[in-house]
Amino acid sequence: MKILIPTPLRQYSDKQPAVEVEATTVGEALSGLVARHPDLRRHLYTEDGKLRAFVNVYLNDEDVRYLQKEATQVRDSDTISIVPSIAGGR
Amino acid sequence: MLRISKSAYDSIRCHGEEAYPHECCGVLLGQMNGDGRVITSSVPCGNTRTDSPRNRYHIDPKELVRIQREGRERNEDILGFYHSHPDHPARWSRTDLAEAHWFGCSYVITSVEKGKAETTNSFLLDGTGETDKHLDDEPIQIAP
Ligand SMILES: [Zn+2]
Repeated sequence: MKILIPTPLRQYSDKQPAVEVEATTVGEALSGLVARHPDLRRHLYTEDGKLRAFVNVYLNDEDVRYLQKEATQVRDSDTISIVPSIAGGR
Repeated sequence: MLRISKSAYDSIRCHGEEAYPHECCGVLLGQMNGDGRVITSSVPCGNTRTDSPRNRYHIDPKELVRIQREGRERNEDILGFYHSHPDHPARWSRTDLAEAHWFGCSYVITSVEKGKAETTNSFLLDGTGETDKHLDDEPIQIAP
């Protein structure tokens, strides 16, 4: 399956915009990603191993927080998108 | 330096006027070539902060996911974001910095005074992570 890497994190994925991994769950896919590109870990996870609050992980068009989180099953034809949040105000 | 097409520049200022007195927000897409970044298009987004739309903005991540995926198909990447400051200077705020996570991307702010777009400034998010991040002034160059 494919994981789309947002522009700010591509410096840690050898400049690749997308990474192919073999996985049956979202958790396995993300582990596969950080195993291949270890520098991504601290940008995606807190020190105690939780996905950072501002990092959104989508399976196709669904937020995995509203599915079964990292236990969500994936298929080979699925796409995971990682998008840090965008917010602010004056 | 942020290079941006005239049409994208005009549309983000126009969006600020349309959304007034609320904050507008959107995504800037383009190409990286070498060290330079060129913004070739902008995508207006809804502001989900309906509780406080005059001084806060938030883009639905679902919209970002779609914009990122569709951008890839056209060979365009997300290189920045824009929002407006209704009746407030075009400078980043503490909230803007705290909520900024797209390193190497531009955060463009337009001040909208009494419904009219005034100053547009761009700030580049730099640093190695959440603890040392900072927004730096960057000049805007409008490409024809
Ligand atoms: Zn702001």
